[in-house]
Amino acid sequence: MRLTRHFFAAALGALVASGSIYGAAAQQTLLNVSYDPTRELYKEFNQVFAEHWKKETGETLAISVSHGGSAKQARAVIDGLEADVVTLALAYDIDAIAEHASLLDKDWQKQFPHNSTPYTSTIVFLVRKGNPKNIKDWGDLVKPGIQVITPNPKTSGGARWNYLAAWGYALKHNNKSDAAAKKFVTTLYKNVPVLDTGARGSTTTFVQRNIGDVLLAWENEAFLAIDELGPDKLEIVVPSVSILAEPPVAIIDKVVDKRGTRKQAEAYLNFLYSPEGQRLAAKHYYRPRQLEYAGEFGKRFANLELFTIQDFGDWQVAQKKHFSDGGEFDQIYKVGR
Amino acid sequence: MPGFGPAMGFTLAYMGAVILIPLAALVLRPWTLGAEGVWDVVSSPRVLASLRLSFGAALIAATVNVGLGLAVAWMLVRYDFPLKRIVDAMVDLPFALPTAVAGLALTALYAPNGWIGQFLAPLGIQIAFTPAGVVVALIFIGLPFVVRTVQPVLQDLNPELEEAAVTLGAGRAVTFRRVVLPALMPALLTGYALAFARAVGEYGSVIFIAGNMPMVSEIAPLLIVVQLEQYDYAAAAAIGMVMLLASFVLLLIINLLQRYSRRWDER
Amino acid sequence: MTIFLSHGQTGGVNREAQRDSRAVRWSVMALSLGFLLLFILLPLIAVFIEALRRGIVPFLEAIAEPDALSAIRLTLLVAAISVPLNIVFGVVASWAIAKFEFRGKAFLITLIDLPFSVSPVISGLVYVLLFGAQGYLGPWLRENDIQIIFALPGIVLATVFVTFPFVARELIPLMQSQGTDEEEAAIMLGANGWQTFWKVTLPNVKWGLLYGVLLCNARAMGEFGAVSVVSGHIRGKTNTIPLHAEILYNEYNFVAAFAVASILALLALVTLVAKSVLEWRFGHELSTGGKH
Repeated sequence: MRLTRHFFAAALGALVASGSIYGAAAQQTLLNVSYDPTRELYKEFNQVFAEHWKKETGETLAISVSHGGSAKQARAVIDGLEADVVTLALAYDIDAIAEHASLLDKDWQKQFPHNSTPYTSTIVFLVRKGNPKNIKDWGDLVKPGIQVITPNPKTSGGARWNYLAAWGYALKHNNKSDAAAKKFVTTLYKNVPVLDTGARGSTTTFVQRNIGDVLLAWENEAFLAIDELGPDKLEIVVPSVSILAEPPVAIIDKVVDKRGTRKQAEAYLNFLYSPEGQRLAAKHYYRPRQLEYAGEFGKRFANLELFTIQDFGDWQVAQKKHFSDGGEFDQIYKVGR
Repeated sequence: MPGFGPAMGFTLAYMGAVILIPLAALVLRPWTLGAEGVWDVVSSPRVLASLRLSFGAALIAATVNVGLGLAVAWMLVRYDFPLKRIVDAMVDLPFALPTAVAGLALTALYAPNGWIGQFLAPLGIQIAFTPAGVVVALIFIGLPFVVRTVQPVLQDLNPELEEAAVTLGAGRAVTFRRVVLPALMPALLTGYALAFARAVGEYGSVIFIAGNMPMVSEIAPLLIVVQLEQYDYAAAAAIGMVMLLASFVLLLIINLLQRYSRRWDER
Repeated sequence: MTIFLSHGQTGGVNREAQRDSRAVRWSVMALSLGFLLLFILLPLIAVFIEALRRGIVPFLEAIAEPDALSAIRLTLLVAAISVPLNIVFGVVASWAIAKFEFRGKAFLITLIDLPFSVSPVISGLVYVLLFGAQGYLGPWLRENDIQIIFALPGIVLATVFVTFPFVARELIPLMQSQGTDEEEAAIMLGANGWQTFWKVTLPNVKWGLLYGVLLCNARAMGEFGAVSVVSGHIRGKTNTIPLHAEILYNEYNFVAAFAVASILALLALVTLVAKSVLEWRFGHELSTGGKH
C-alpha cells in the first residue's frame, strides 16, 4: 500500500532530523533546572548574563531553562537530567538531590552567600477588591465562615511555606506552644474547601472560580496574579508577620565536572548577586538580598516581620515533622472533618 | 494459512519491549520496601479511600458513557439532521485535547460560578471540587470509546432482523430489547472496558476539578504523585502496581464476557 | 463486529421496521445533543474563548513565539515516529490474533488494552525506573553516554506506550468479522502468505486502519501526563505542545497557554476534516469495498 510506504519514509526522515538536532550542539551550553514561576525572570536574566559573559570572555553561551514543580524538577535531576545549576523553591529539594544521587555536597548551601539564596519572597494574602471580609492577619483566617485557598503541601513546595508561615505565626502568639500551633493550623485547614496540587491551580480556583475569601500566595506570585488577572479584582494584604521564603540555587558538581562547565555555572549564579542580577530579581517581584540594588522596583516590597526556616530547625527537620507520611499535616485529615 | 509464526513472534517481541519490560520494572520496584512495607503503603486508609474513589468513579463514568454513548451512536446512525458530520467529528475531541486543558475547561464550566455550575448551585448541587466532578471529567475522556465501538456495529446491523421481529408481531421496545441490544452487546462491553480502563488511571484532567480533599475527593494517581514528591519511588510504584493488577483483572473479566457474548450471539 | 469503525455515510434509515416513533426520536436526539453540548462543545468553546480573550494578536504572538514553534515541531516529530511504529505493530498483531485460533487470546487482548488503564503518571514513571540514573539500566547507559529519558527517545517511548492499543484494538474485531475465507481463496490460487496479506487482508481493512491511525495520532499529540515525566521540560528543546501550555499556565500567562492548547484542538480538527474529505472522495468505495 502506498500510504504505508509514505509513513515509513516520513518516519525515517524524522529520525534523521532528530539526529541532526542533537548533532548540532557545537557551542557551550548551560542548563538551569528551575521551578515554576521563574520563567520570565530567567528569560531576561539569561539574556543579560549571556551578553555579560560574551563581553567578559568572548565565549558565546547558550543557556536553556527547564520549569516545573520544584520536587518534580529535583527528581528529574536525580534521574539523570543533566542540569549544570538548579534554582528551586526550597532547600529540601536540593538536599534530596545530594542525598538520593550524591551529585553535590551535602553542605552545598554554604557555597554561595545568604544560604545560597540570592533572592527571597514571603507569604502574603490575596483578597478580593475592597477586602470584603476584612482580613488583616493570620488570626482572621481561622474565623468560622472564612474560606482559605491554599495548595496541598504534600504536592506543592510553595504550599509548605504557606503552612509553616501559619504555624510560625501561631507559635509567636502562643508562647511557642507547639500544641497551640497545631490547633491553629488544624482550624485553618478546616477552612480550606479545595486543595489544589499546585500554586497555580489554587490561584485559578480563587480568582477564576470565585471560590474562597483569601488566597495564601508567594508575594511574587501574588503580584503576577494581579498583573495577569486584574488589579480591579484583587488586592494584596500583608500580614503582621510571615516567613522568609528562600528559594535556593546550587551548582550540580558532578555534572559541571563532567561537562567542563564549572566556570560558567559559578559565574552564572554569582551574577544573580550582582547589582544587575538583584535588580532583575526585584523587577520580577522577588525580594533582592540587597534592596539598594532594586532601584525603582524597591518600593513595591512592604516591610514586615519575617522569621526563617531556621526557627523550625532546618528543612530536613520541618519536612519530617510536618509533611512526611503520618506527620502533622496528615494528622489534620486523620481526625476527620 | 501461513505466517502465524513470524506474526506472533513479532507481536510478542514488540509487546515485550514496549509493554512488558516497562511494566515489569513497575512490579519489581516496590519490593525494596519488603512485603510488609508494601502492605503498609497500600492498606493505609487514605490509599484505600482513593482506590475506592478511582475505581468507583471510573465504573460510574463508564456506565453513564455506555448509556449516553449508545444514544449518541443511535442518533448518528439512524437519524438525519443538519450539521451531522460536524457532530460526528466532535466525538473524537476528548482524545486530542491535552487532559490538563480539558480539566481546566470542565472546571470553568462546572464550578459554582461557571456557565453550567451557576444554574446548579441554587439547587444545592455542586459538581466541581466534589467526587461528582471526578465523574464528570472521566465521562469526558471516556466518551469516544463507547460511541466509536457501537456506531459501526449499529451501521452493519442487518435490517432484516428487525423486520422479522416486527413481522412476528413484536413491538419496537421488545424488538430493541430482544433483537438489537443482544447484537450490540459485544460492542457495548468493549466500549465499556476501554472507557473504564482509560478512566481509572486518569490524572491530568481530574486534579483540576476534583478538589483533592484527603479521604473525600483524592484519586489514587494523586497519591502516587504525593509519594513521588517525597522521593519515595518504591511506595509510588506499590500503589501503581495495585492499580495495575486490579484493572488487569477487571479488563480480563470484561474481555472474557465479550468473547462469551459474541459466541452466544453467533449461535 | 467492527469496533471503532465509523463509516461516515449518513443516509437516514427508511425501513419501516427501523423507524422510531416521533417521541423516541426526539428524546434520543435531545439526550444525545444535550450530552454532547455539555461535555464536548462547551469545553471546546471555553478553550477558544480563553485563548482569544485579548484578541487575535496576542493569540498569534503566543503561537509564533520560538519556544512555541519548537514545541509544535517536537510534537509533530514525536507523532511522526511513534504512530508508524504502532501502525506496524497494530497490523501484525491483529492479523495474528484475528486470523488464527490459539489459547490465551483473551489474555493477550487484555495485555494490549493495558496501556489504556495505566495511569499516565505511571507510564512515565516506568521509563524512569528503567532508564533513569537510579534505574535498572541507568548506570550502564551513563557509562556508554546514552541519553534516553529527558531527550527525544524517552518522549517517543512514552508516547508509543500510551498510544499502543489504538490501531490493534481497531483492527482485531474488524478482521475477526471478515473471517479468513478470502485469504484462504488467495492461497488456493497460489499466492504466498506475504502476497495474501498485502493484496487481500490489508486492502480490506484500510478504512479501519485509517480511523485507528487518526485516533492514535490525536492521542500521540495530546498526551500530557506520561510525557511530562520523561521530558525534562527544557524550554525550546524537550517541551511538547501540552507541556509548553502547562508552563505558560504556571507562569500566569493565561492567554498564551490556551492559545497553544487550542493548536492541538485545531490539529485535531484538521485531521477530522481530512477524514471527512477522504470519506466523501472514496465514499462509494467505502460502501462497497470497505464492508464485508
